[in-house]
Amino acid sequence: MDILISGLLLGGTYVLIAMGLNLQYGVARIMNLANGEMIVLGALASFWVFTSSMVSPLLTLFLVAPIAFVGNWLIYRLLLVPLVRRAKNQGQLEVDSILATFGMSFVLVGIVVSLHGEYFTYSFLASPLSILGTTVALNRLVAFAFAVVIGLVLYLWLNHSRAGMAVRAVAVNPDSAKLVGINVLKVSALAFAVGGAVSAVAGVLISTFITLDASVGVIFTMKALIIVIMGGVGDIRGAIVAALILGLVETAVATLIDPGLTLVSAYLIFLLVLLFKPQGLFGRAQT
Amino acid sequence: MNVKQTANLLGQVAARSVAAVVLLAGLALNAHAADPIKIGAVAPKTGPLAGGATVTQWPNIEMWVKEVNARGGLNMKDGQRMLELIEYDDKTNPGEHMKAVQRLATQDKVDFIVAPYGTGFNVAAAPIYAKYGYPQIAVSAISDKMDELTSRYPSLFFTLGTTTAFVNGVKDILVGMRDAGKIGNKIAMVNVADAFGIELAEAARPIFKDAGFELVYDKSYPLGTPDLSPIMKGAKAAAPDAFVAWSYPPDTFGLTEQAIIEDLDVGAFYTAVATCFPAFGQKFGSKIDGVFGAGGVNPDTDKMKAYFARHKELTGKDADYWASANTYVSLQILEQAIEGVGEVDRNAVTQYIKDNTFDTIMGDIKFENQVSHKYWTVGQWQDGVFRGVASSNMEGAAEIKEKSGWN
Repeated sequence: MDILISGLLLGGTYVLIAMGLNLQYGVARIMNLANGEMIVLGALASFWVFTSSMVSPLLTLFLVAPIAFVGNWLIYRLLLVPLVRRAKNQGQLEVDSILATFGMSFVLVGIVVSLHGEYFTYSFLASPLSILGTTVALNRLVAFAFAVVIGLVLYLWLNHSRAGMAVRAVAVNPDSAKLVGINVLKVSALAFAVGGAVSAVAGVLISTFITLDASVGVIFTMKALIIVIMGGVGDIRGAIVAALILGLVETAVATLIDPGLTLVSAYLIFLLVLLFKPQGLFGRAQT
Repeated sequence: MNVKQTANLLGQVAARSVAAVVLLAGLALNAHAADPIKIGAVAPKTGPLAGGATVTQWPNIEMWVKEVNARGGLNMKDGQRMLELIEYDDKTNPGEHMKAVQRLATQDKVDFIVAPYGTGFNVAAAPIYAKYGYPQIAVSAISDKMDELTSRYPSLFFTLGTTTAFVNGVKDILVGMRDAGKIGNKIAMVNVADAFGIELAEAARPIFKDAGFELVYDKSYPLGTPDLSPIMKGAKAAAPDAFVAWSYPPDTFGLTEQAIIEDLDVGAFYTAVATCFPAFGQKFGSKIDGVFGAGGVNPDTDKMKAYFARHKELTGKDADYWASANTYVSLQILEQAIEGVGEVDRNAVTQYIKDNTFDTIMGDIKFENQVSHKYWTVGQWQDGVFRGVASSNMEGAAEIKEKSGWN
């Protein structure tokens, strides 16, 4: 029971980390290596607002989300659209966007270092709660609840709204989407911006229970990458399932075998998925 | 990056350029003044160790250079000379560190270099410091291989203690508490799976066993583990009397938070690096009263009081309750040695450090075979201050306070 609940909570954290990248990579086709830095920026905002004026991170969320949305929309329109325009095919866009966002991640790290080079750490809702006999931290539970809500909202939006349908169409095939009158650039910008906002919100939530610093973004990017590829690019369900599996397995290994083997187990699953289902758990085979 | 940040950044760059021009103009007016002494510094500003270096290493370098320049520079044989600081980010990457030192030595031609941050970096970079003859007064470096290293590198000095001394500090405290009937003999021990944590855990196993303790839980975890709750649950299930973690900053915060959440009921709770950080006290408030950690200070001496006040004033940040002071001491030693020699002669300065006693904020410091044996090993949070409770040759250790839960 301990394993199940702790594992689900950790999985919830991973869902938060991975959902933003999933949208950005799955729809806008931008392999955003600066995704982790967006999480760090969200965390920094939350830390700052909390330590300077004791505002709850749960309120900061509603400030961070629109700012991150606009910021990411601008990044897409100003920095990434030129890459999209000149790319002859998807492969080239991926390579270009990897290089561009890799560079962007350094710029963002530099900015965060100049703002606050120390650890962002504070206590928020760090109190115990007993669920079915297992002690869990309230802040992790809150983050998990938000992960569920965000996941659900994104899922419903993508599958049951007109805009969501357009987003999915672009995810499946940008060229065909154009033929049915979808403004692919606009939809991609929207997906990229929503993805960035989700990542920043994830940063706010994660900062309540993980100590971050300016340079930690790359670790989140890596984890998100594994989850997105495991789950199947561009599929929200896939990312959620993959994140939960990862959380459960890591917790099970840490509890039953040895905490030292959690990373090994994570990469082992990743390897197995790549070997037996290279398109990811929910991915579509490339045509 | 959004537009506002870009604008801000550009604004800052512009402001700094203007400042630089003004500064250059000022220097030109004072052209008759002696050339500055160039000081190089290489340490992480980014990467895993940056969070620690930003607390312990960089502010002290900044503070020292400001102080020396405020009084007109170092007193040399040919008059006063100001300090000019050249900083490089080693990105927490030993390869980058070597390159930066190479550059400082050959391109910038600096006169002295501040020793690196982190055990691995001090050891890995020792050959290149030795090659160019820079005295390397290592602070953030804890190792049992000091004798071997100092005999190989004649310009390498150690100031913060050995692995065994740190473990013994913890052991002595636990033995004292056990003999006083405050704790039993069951220890839960965890360590971060990194050179630092592994070396300490390996040193601790036989030392704890020989002292009659039983290790009821003994596990390691990878650096950057996002969820430490399985570890704390495991440790709690083993019903220990004491909890010892050879941990790094993010996990020091994480393990302590989990211990509070799980209400780990132990008489002694110890986490290693960063327990001494002001941020640790700010995060947990009164809950961590009685928690042990690596390092410590005696904050009550006049010199230390003045140091804490100046650190805050000149850098805008609080010094930590451990290696901040040692870092500043290493710079005081370098300063006194340069002034003692009176000229930029690195070999003479190295020899001066070996031969003399230095008056520092931590009292008189003298090196024996290039190692200083004055340092704190264990500190404890007591009413909002992290006080040294065990040391090697330091005066003013505080009485141990009994820990009463996590309130």
